[in-house]
Amino acid sequence: MAASRGRTVGSLIWRCGSCCDNGNIVSSSLSSQVKVFSRQVSLSAAVHRKNLAAAGPEKFSEEFIKKQVEEFNIGKRHLANMMGEDVENFTQEDIDRSIAYLFPSSLFDKKARPLMKHPDEIFPRQRAVQWGADRRPFHFLFYTGKQSYYNLMHDTFARVLAAEKQQDRLRARSLLPEPSKKSSLGGSRWLFKEELEELLVETISDYDYQRFLQLVMRLQERGSSGEEDFLLSLRRRLEVQSSRQEVPPLQVDEQGHSYSTAEGRRKSATGSVVLTDRGSGDVIINGSLCHHYFTVLQDREQLMFPLVFTGVLGRFNVRCSVAGGGHSSQAGALRLALSRALLSFLSQGQVENMRQAGLLTPDPRVRERKKPGQEGARRKFTWNKR
Amino acid sequence: MAAGTLAKEKHLNQTLESSDYFRLSELFSLKELFDARVHLGHKKGCRHRLMEPYLFGSRLEQDIIDLDKTVEHLQAALNFTAHIAYRGGIILFVSRRRQFGHLVESTARDCGEYAHTRYWQGGLLTNAPIQYGPGVRLPDLVIFLSTLNNVFEQHVAIRDAAKMNIPTVGVVDSNCNPCLVTYPVPGNDDTPAAVELYCRLFKTTINRAKDRRKQLELLQGLSAPPPTPES
Repeated sequence: MAASRGRTVGSLIWRCGSCCDNGNIVSSSLSSQVKVFSRQVSLSAAVHRKNLAAAGPEKFSEEFIKKQVEEFNIGKRHLANMMGEDVENFTQEDIDRSIAYLFPSSLFDKKARPLMKHPDEIFPRQRAVQWGADRRPFHFLFYTGKQSYYNLMHDTFARVLAAEKQQDRLRARSLLPEPSKKSSLGGSRWLFKEELEELLVETISDYDYQRFLQLVMRLQERGSSGEEDFLLSLRRRLEVQSSRQEVPPLQVDEQGHSYSTAEGRRKSATGSVVLTDRGSGDVIINGSLCHHYFTVLQDREQLMFPLVFTGVLGRFNVRCSVAGGGHSSQAGALRLALSRALLSFLSQGQVENMRQAGLLTPDPRVRERKKPGQEGARRKFTWNKR
Repeated sequence: MAAGTLAKEKHLNQTLESSDYFRLSELFSLKELFDARVHLGHKKGCRHRLMEPYLFGSRLEQDIIDLDKTVEHLQAALNFTAHIAYRGGIILFVSRRRQFGHLVESTARDCGEYAHTRYWQGGLLTNAPIQYGPGVRLPDLVIFLSTLNNVFEQHVAIRDAAKMNIPTVGVVDSNCNPCLVTYPVPGNDDTPAAVELYCRLFKTTINRAKDRRKQLELLQGLSAPPPTPES
């Protein structure tokens, strides 16, 4: 393999993720202290490639892996001896610490630094040999090439047939149950193609994935009660988006009123807001009143919109401080800060409404740079025919 | 253990002496084949020239397959399958008809053999060490429940099995090419009744042969797995 290099090592096993051409040579002092097993050990940059197990036939044989495990254990004991620590209870954290101490590396990429881990974490999970002593394959769909995928399709189709048969029987006796509107499959989504590949330890094509989805949706339509566990195993829970919002903590000041603080940014303006409960609806920005600071109506509307949307217009006292940018971006920064500060006073449903209204999304638009050969960011110089 | 292998060989040669060692002629009769509509072929326009010897005639432009010939060929095919299964050979069921794919796979699983009713990737038989891994064992017999693929052309596996010297058993309809199939069985491959009959027959044959094998091993007190078939 072009990606692997052989290196002479001491009793330690080297694994560097993408260190094909790095000159990581073991210091001679290490080998003089410890009994040296000079052996060519091949490194692999394929450690960090995704889904190696399904890449093809076995690259690492079982004996090789077993040998690596033995060498790792021996090396661990030597390392513990070297560091003067307890040989029996030497954990992975101790190993990492010792390696970082013995071989300090200032490389930026963490994956390029020397590491010593158990071979099970380095060499990916492989499919074991598919046939027995008489060389008959174990699985009845072995000769298709994609046995796990086609096995899944076969089982799913068997369930579809069983569900259809049951429905026919019930319909014949006119005992067909009403289609229930509430399904236990709500709030989840089907597996993605990558997740399916991981599950089956096999590569499948886009067409295979489409066929899988069609079959599994067909089973869902049949709506029989027994198949829900099977279908759920092929689905993943959807996270409720609003639960991901970071709500600023609610604090209490000397008079017993609760308040919260939050920050917001827009273009190059940064603002911070302190919302105090049980106030009279005053808004003060950088020490001056709202009408004096923001002369334009649009800016004032932007600032008030979160309060208007949630319907808490006269309830809070707002103290803002803002710097940078122009008047419009300052208004936008304060609006975001105000929405975030408001989260700690609201219920989950209102938080979700605010998120869907776009009040909690920071505006990603920034000024685009001017490019050479052009007048501005997009504007080109006047085109001359000659 | 030269004496042991010689004794095994002698016994295997003895099984070949009788024409119907597994008594497979009692599994089916011409009447059963007729009831399962095995004699119905396709229309005259679809007829393959090389199937003409197997046809009884045609009625209202639909070809009728000669069931006498079918019985002979089916007997030969089942006998061959039984002997292969008796010697522990790998049998692969192939069919590209979507209507019967699940049935064929279930049949294969029930008799402990293998099935391929999906899209046939190019080098499965001819490029096996690279497709599956080094040291793979290829099937010793391929049984076609339908020799055509989804676009009504001859299945690639017939040609590939012939290339790899793997014997084939195939149900050939009146629009199929029986040339490269070692044991063709002229018969209907479209009707569910006919295909279910074939599946049942093959399953019973293979199970019967395997049970006979187990009995033999018990009698001889062997606990080793069945040996590879003599080629």
